Amino acid sequence: MSRLRFYQFAVVAGFVLLLEGLCLAGVIDKVTMPPPHIIVRDLFRMIIAGRYFADIGKSLANVLLAFSSAYIFGVVAGTILHGYKTARDVLDPLFATYYAIPVFAFYPLFIVIFGLGDGPQVLIGFLLAVVAVIVTTLNGLDRVPLVLKKTAQVNGLNPLQTALRITLPFCAPYLLTAAKLALAYAFIGVIGSEFIMARSGMGYEISYAYTNFDNATMYPLILLILLFSIAANSLLSHWESVLLARRGQK
Amino acid sequence: MVAAQVTLRGVTKVFPAGAGGEGVHALGPIDIEIRKGEFFAVVGPSGCGKSTLLELIAGLTAPTLGKIEFEGRAIRENVPDGVGVVFQEDACFSWLNVRENVEFGLRQKNIGTDEKGRRVAAVIDMMGLRDFSESYPAQLSGGMRQRVCIARTIVAEPRLILLDEPFGALDQQTRLLMGDEVLRLWRATGATVFLITHALDEAAMLADRIVVMSARPGKAVDLIETGWPRERDSRIVERENFGAITSRLWKTLREESLKTMGRMGGGA
Repeated sequence: MSRLRFYQFAVVAGFVLLLEGLCLAGVIDKVTMPPPHIIVRDLFRMIIAGRYFADIGKSLANVLLAFSSAYIFGVVAGTILHGYKTARDVLDPLFATYYAIPVFAFYPLFIVIFGLGDGPQVLIGFLLAVVAVIVTTLNGLDRVPLVLKKTAQVNGLNPLQTALRITLPFCAPYLLTAAKLALAYAFIGVIGSEFIMARSGMGYEISYAYTNFDNATMYPLILLILLFSIAANSLLSHWESVLLARRGQK
Repeated sequence: MVAAQVTLRGVTKVFPAGAGGEGVHALGPIDIEIRKGEFFAVVGPSGCGKSTLLELIAGLTAPTLGKIEFEGRAIRENVPDGVGVVFQEDACFSWLNVRENVEFGLRQKNIGTDEKGRRVAAVIDMMGLRDFSESYPAQLSGGMRQRVCIARTIVAEPRLILLDEPFGALDQQTRLLMGDEVLRLWRATGATVFLITHALDEAAMLADRIVVMSARPGKAVDLIETGWPRERDSRIVERENFGAITSRLWKTLREESLKTMGRMGGGA
């Protein structure tokens, strides 16, 4: 284990132990939050009993759909926008202030337009994720050395070939950062939407458990979301480390 | 008399003005003929338009006035087939290993997989990179990375190789050795080499003919024939007339460099 990994593990373990101590000592009362070991136990019980599998599957599928559509659209839009300076200048103020827009406030409107299905939740996940991907893609493309673009010209590559073979591969570390951001925003968008107005999904079940003081359901589901996002993020971070090491940047 | 492979007639480059400014007259008018198979070098003071000249010949930019021809066909903002360029900056693709970098030079060529593999292996061997063919650029020294870029250029078997200060970022020892390598490749490939350099000894050692450019806007102010035999290497610097050539280069270049420094307010 590298020193960095050890420190990361130590911080998380320290935080969990602190929570455990505070819960067992009664500083945090049982109604507010059970000790972490109880949450883990409840999660195992929930998984063994097969409860909420349909909700978990639905939420993850929607997160994946929001993430992948935002990622593909964001990378393509960022790449195209990079070639049009005026369009980029026009959109820059929107990108700079985008995250001040309360996207969740549009949820009722999306329900009116797209109905009560999963569409509005996926759309909110998409809207939250897509701008982060566009901005990070533009940031990466800004850093492509001019000499690589000239090399593309010398090798007779057209703009699409240049993007696919030179500029986007050069930006791969930035594109992985974009993926990490998009994933986090997709989780927030989809699970958050399920909280507000849905009849199923992990967010809905957490919200339902919350209003019924059902800590044995709420905290294990929160932990499960945390585990999913940590696992996906770790995978992307590992991939990023491999790429950066290959390029002598780590 | 050997036929001209590249001809420049009255070539001028003026970069358009920014908001409220004047255009920059970077180059010309300049007339040059580069003979097929020769090693041609260009030296000149900083900012005289040497790299612009190379980019014009490569078809990376178009002249404002004048005409450039490669093998009888006009070049205008399109890189002609048969022209390869090696830049001063590190142009290795950091996400590809050495073999893949070299292979990239053949991506746009309509060649069979076996032939591609054979040519890539041959060039990797020729450049002394066989033991590093699976290494990534980050694992190589600056000199080796530049060899990868040269290999990627010559694998396409260009008839004209343009070198834009390719050893500028290397130490003196490596530069001399790379000079030997380039001379060896020049003889082996039979290609014409056009070298831009600011190093007078490098130009005098490598080239058959050397053009000295004036301060901006760059024009040809002197043309020197070195008269070296085709079979040569860096030991040519021991020859008696090597000093005479570099002296003549410096005499012209000193005056032009002083003009540049005067313009910059440096004085002399």
